[in-house]
Amino acid sequence: MRFESPTTTKAAAALLASESGVAHVLAGGTDLLVRMKMGATEPDLVVDIKRIDSLRELKVTAAGVHIGAAVPAIMLGESDKLRGLWPGVVEAANLIGSDQIQGRCTVAGNLCNASPAADSVPALIAAGAKAVVVGTKGKRRVAVEKVVLGPGRTSLARDEFIEAIVLPARAGKSADAYLRFTPRTEMDIAVVSAAINLTLSRGIVQSAKVVLGAVAPTAVIVPAAAKALIGTKLDDAALAKMVTACEAACNPIDDKRGTIEYRTKVAGVMARRAALIAFERAGGAK
Amino acid sequence: MNGVTVSAKVNGDAVQYVCPPDESLLDVLRNRLNLTGVKEGCGTGDCGACSITLDGRLVCSCLVLGAEAEGREIGTVEGLSEGGKLHTLQEQFIEKAALQCGICTPGFLVAAKVLLERNSNPSEEEIRYALAGNLCRCTGYDKIVRAVQSSAKIMRRGKKASR
Ligand SMILES: Cc1cc2nc3c(=O)[nH]c(=O)nc-3n(C[C@H](O)[C@H](O)[C@H](O)COP(=O)(O)OP(=O)(O)OC[C@H]3O[C@@H](n4cnc5c(N)ncnc54)[C@H](O)[C@@H]3O)c2cc1C
Ligand code: FES
Ligand code: FES
Repeated sequence: MRFESPTTTKAAAALLASESGVAHVLAGGTDLLVRMKMGATEPDLVVDIKRIDSLRELKVTAAGVHIGAAVPAIMLGESDKLRGLWPGVVEAANLIGSDQIQGRCTVAGNLCNASPAADSVPALIAAGAKAVVVGTKGKRRVAVEKVVLGPGRTSLARDEFIEAIVLPARAGKSADAYLRFTPRTEMDIAVVSAAINLTLSRGIVQSAKVVLGAVAPTAVIVPAAAKALIGTKLDDAALAKMVTACEAACNPIDDKRGTIEYRTKVAGVMARRAALIAFERAGGAK
Repeated sequence: MNGVTVSAKVNGDAVQYVCPPDESLLDVLRNRLNLTGVKEGCGTGDCGACSITLDGRLVCSCLVLGAEAEGREIGTVEGLSEGGKLHTLQEQFIEKAALQCGICTPGFLVAAKVLLERNSNPSEEEIRYALAGNLCRCTGYDKIVRAVQSSAKIMRRGKKASR
């Protein structure tokens, strides 16, 4: 195995392009180094992207948020401004592992690892986040939901990697929320999760996005659930309709951590609670 | 396998080592630098026995490559005592009998030190959350939490006194 730590995105892309064997980008290493240890992957080349200065930048303005791909998740929670604008994204990212894991793990790594249970992914999709992808041919921007194809699979080409995750400008009276269900409070993997992003106008939901995690091979956007919320103050009928839509969108696995029936039911419960939290955060009152 | 040459700082001292590119920083610290206070419980980020600070951030050294540490500042449990005098946390772990086999203790001490630097008066809940990445097979955690609470109290008093 070769270890490289380039200082520019161009050099990193060139290294990835030139490797004929197995090449991996190394961000926080909290997935990659575990997989290497287990023998699940035996890379010929590891490219550490943390020495690329621009990737270490976290920029938070009302016009948009730029999260460099080498920014550890713990830094998101340390930004009061980011917590104010995107509380759901921050709470999702800060649920990943322990403080030790937080000090290393990145949201881009959480996305690229492509686990169906990745905590930050539903929240990023609900937020309308885009990934800035860089390769030998230049840069492109792609919606976060287009990055993951299935468990462990992404749409990135061999020479490509994510340089940053960007969040759009934030409209007033908007908020998001993320909830996951785990048997333990800390250090566990989501059995089911839900992210909700809402914008209100005169106290009524004007736009909404509902995303479920861990109920299918990739995170699931549920347009019918969002539609159920729009034009309402989250009255019981609207919430019931949203829950039904969420349940219909579930296609979960059946395992010792949760049966299909259980995961489907809890998905609706998580979405309902997350919607109420986002509504309240956005300044809504019933 | 080609070795990687790394210069870093450990507990304030400059060190240099050569390691295979896929060797963990945990193995470098224990086997090349003889800092055996750092323990391996799981090797996969779950137990926190290998906790160190890397440029001030708490991390699991089993999930860092030795090669990544070039130019970085590493802090281990060996750096807690000063001039042979134990850190308040170390004294309180002994005082409150917050250890039995001791494998988890260095990791808890490093994690607790980082917590108290950030928050000099944490609630019990905050302590339990901050130490959720550290597993202990023996104590049942209660004595560990008490030791951190009493350390925080003593350290707050010490700060006031030296002001
Ligand atoms: C103890 C423990 C607890 C955990 N708990 C959780 C949890 O609660 N929730 C959760 O969602 N996850 C959890 N994880 C998994 C992991 O921490 C997260 O998925 C984390 O966000 C991965 O980020 P990273 O920067 O460490 O990725 P890395 O390990 O560096 O990379 C992961 C994968 O993505 C690729 N990659 C990384 N960055 C990029 C990039 N910028 N461009 C292209 N490819 C890239 C790598 O090549 C690799 O294949 C846990 C892991 C451990 C060890
Ligand atoms: S040995 Fe590193 S976390 Fe267990
Ligand atoms: S004292 Fe034995 S594991 Fe904690």
